[in-house]
Amino acid sequence: MLVKPMSKIKLEEDVSLVLCGEAGQGIQSVENIMVQALKMGGYHVFSTKEYMSRVRGGQNSTQIRASSKRVKAYRDRIDILVALSKGAIPHLEKRITGNTLILGDEEVLQDLDENHYNLLKAPFISKAKKLGGLIFSNVIAAGALSCIMGVDKDIFDELITLLFASKGEKILEKDLKAGVSGYDIGKKLLDSGRISIKIEKNPAISNEILINGTQAVGSGCISGGCKFISAYPMTPSSPLQVFMAENASEFEMVFEQAEDEIAALNMALGASYAGARAMTATSGSGFALMQEAVGLAGMIETPVVIYIAQRPGPAVGLPTRTAQEDLNLALYSGPGEFPRIIFAPGNFKDALELSHKSFNLADKYQIPVFILSDQYLADIYYNLPSLDIENLDVEDYLVETEADYKRYLLTPDGISPRGIPGHGKGLVCADSDEHDEEGHITEDLDLRTLMVDKRLKKMDKIRKEAVPGEFFSTLNSSQYKTLIMGWGSTYWPLKEALVEMDNDDLALLHLKQLYPLSSQVGELIKKAKKSVMFENNAQGQMAHLLQMETGLKIDHKVLKYNGMPFSVEEILIVLETLEEE
Amino acid sequence: MDPEIFEMENADIAWCPGCGDFLILKALKQALADLELGPEKLVLVSGIGQAGKLPHYLKSNIFNGLHGRSLSPATGIKVSNPDMVVIDVSGDGCMYGEGGNHFMHTIRRNPDITNIVLNNMVYGLTKGQASPTSQKDFETPFQVDGVFEEPFNPLAVAITLGASFVARTFAADIPHTVEVLKKAIQHKGYSLVDIFQPCVTFNKVNTFSWFKEHTYRMDDTHNPYLKIEALKRALEGNDGEGKFPLGIFYIKMGQKTFEENLSVYKKDKTPLFQRKVDKKKLKTLIDSKRSL
Repeated sequence: MLVKPMSKIKLEEDVSLVLCGEAGQGIQSVENIMVQALKMGGYHVFSTKEYMSRVRGGQNSTQIRASSKRVKAYRDRIDILVALSKGAIPHLEKRITGNTLILGDEEVLQDLDENHYNLLKAPFISKAKKLGGLIFSNVIAAGALSCIMGVDKDIFDELITLLFASKGEKILEKDLKAGVSGYDIGKKLLDSGRISIKIEKNPAISNEILINGTQAVGSGCISGGCKFISAYPMTPSSPLQVFMAENASEFEMVFEQAEDEIAALNMALGASYAGARAMTATSGSGFALMQEAVGLAGMIETPVVIYIAQRPGPAVGLPTRTAQEDLNLALYSGPGEFPRIIFAPGNFKDALELSHKSFNLADKYQIPVFILSDQYLADIYYNLPSLDIENLDVEDYLVETEADYKRYLLTPDGISPRGIPGHGKGLVCADSDEHDEEGHITEDLDLRTLMVDKRLKKMDKIRKEAVPGEFFSTLNSSQYKTLIMGWGSTYWPLKEALVEMDNDDLALLHLKQLYPLSSQVGELIKKAKKSVMFENNAQGQMAHLLQMETGLKIDHKVLKYNGMPFSVEEILIVLETLEEE
Repeated sequence: MDPEIFEMENADIAWCPGCGDFLILKALKQALADLELGPEKLVLVSGIGQAGKLPHYLKSNIFNGLHGRSLSPATGIKVSNPDMVVIDVSGDGCMYGEGGNHFMHTIRRNPDITNIVLNNMVYGLTKGQASPTSQKDFETPFQVDGVFEEPFNPLAVAITLGASFVARTFAADIPHTVEVLKKAIQHKGYSLVDIFQPCVTFNKVNTFSWFKEHTYRMDDTHNPYLKIEALKRALEGNDGEGKFPLGIFYIKMGQKTFEENLSVYKKDKTPLFQRKVDKKKLKTLIDSKRSL
């Protein structure tokens, strides 16, 4: 690319800001400050971060989109890049274009060719050093961007106070000064005449809620009646563990950090056997360790919710990146055959409602229910008017036992009334061996067949109430030629791309219950001439599952597995290519 | 209470005739009856192995889970409903081998549960392999040249980790086992009762008479409240030196249980299943995301 040096950028409707620096430079804090500042300033906001699995060094970046429309998806496009380290530019090279304005200190920009890059000097680091350390560069940068975006300085100061008050008066005072420096820099940048931003603000947005995917899932777990969570720390499931731990006291839940994932799920099953709605949270290899206990849940028919925030594997893989690689692991986890449900929310409303539903269904069918998320969905922020919990109720399926209670009573639909110890006159026996109706070991092989059938029979009802996917077409018509599909966190990037294409031939089907599949899915695919599945894995795991469930073959698989989410632009390129075919 | 109350009619017992497990089953029933703890109040938790089958032979609520994992569900059960009396019954392979990590961390966590380990120094259900507590030179179909690993010393480990109650008995001494089990069950906090128990089929070395010869009952001179004294006793008998002491080795007083440490039980003892979701509070939490 070749740019005209000193070219001017004009931003209308939507801006993509990216901040990049080394781990330890406080990029995460900038994200927290910026999304809040922009939302309070009246913009719709979205943010996503990508970071390395290290405490110092490397390059971490965060994208913040501010817009007059709702924005909820990752884009490659960078309008303004704040480079807080020299490494930032090579790190983001593929996303930098002639339209990207790069802001940074002289020392960061000095070796860059002005014929190739659109550069504008801004003394984030040098001012920070004057204030007492590099660490202030993040707040200075946030201040400069807030100023450029026209965010009221009082809002910014209030934010800084909230974020840094706990660190002591001296540090807070310096951070407030850093904000002043940032706003000064921002004014100078605006005065340079090279930045023009005209994005309509709407004051009503400031009263909307601003949350991330983790908080949406966590709220659903609380509303679903979760009373017990044991888990072992692992990125990217740790944020949910933190959310539940923080809220344990307020919502009368027990949170326990287990000694390992094996203990975590076994403990949750004990809690559930005793009547507490229970869950665990984990990722990749952590879940691999839990598989034995998934089989236990299947055998003793004890409800449990398992949250898996996916990241690239195998083994340790890329700890801080995103992937959709553990569908097969969830689907086939545990020895033997038993029913299960797998959900994969793609937006915050679904994250709330499906997490809630997971607890009700786990109890109703006495099975393990999985919530598949990933690093991308867990960590993105966007604003929305509210999360409605009005109709989210806990459905109670427990019975008070009679003296002759049989835990595994054979019934026509396979569901035995579920009692718990200490609630009624009966005794509750759960056994990981094959067992009789009372729950005692048996090697009666005819009874064994009856028990397998009893457990699997529950799938009939589970299947009937499978949650359909979300169908979307620009004209709301069913006369589409190509059906675009995805599951989980690809929801917003796919939707944004489809809206942008504005093509009646295209329709989107987003799957949020992956197993078992709703019968609607097969019907919608049959109507299309061509079907395309987008997945963040290398083998098209959902496409395979779909074929297994419906007998239908997906025509095109679009697979990305480098640890980054699909960007809207990447999807657009695929859709445009499809159109030409 | 009559121990008959725990009788399981028609139980098809899978233990060999003469197995030490029968004696322990009898002692446990007696201890529970003496303490007036009826079947409805009890949850017996176990893993896999011959010892893990015991809950099926004692009328109670049971959770017979996975090999080595019993302490985890036992903890989950106790913490979800502290009104229940939770007793974990495992074998030496289950508890000290497969479940070693859970053994250590459950001690640290200190839930108010009783952990009974039926220790016969051999794997029974899988037919005669060495267990973590097998003594040196013990020959098996797997350890053809004899065991060369150091035997695991569960009592020393438990005492070192600050277990709140640590004891050992010999299955053949039923009155002593009953007495110790009663104290263990009544003790508030985690209690370990390791019970020497001969396997009449697969362990021809550590027999009834061997245990009789290689153990002794501690008398009043042992002060169970002194950790270092307890540890000294726990080291006796190992490496073929001296005899294994029997009795209560260690009691740690005043330690809060896992349940007591949790905020959920600070004001209110209601079991978790009876607690509702406070939607108003959840709405407040969600609405708090509107402001800074």
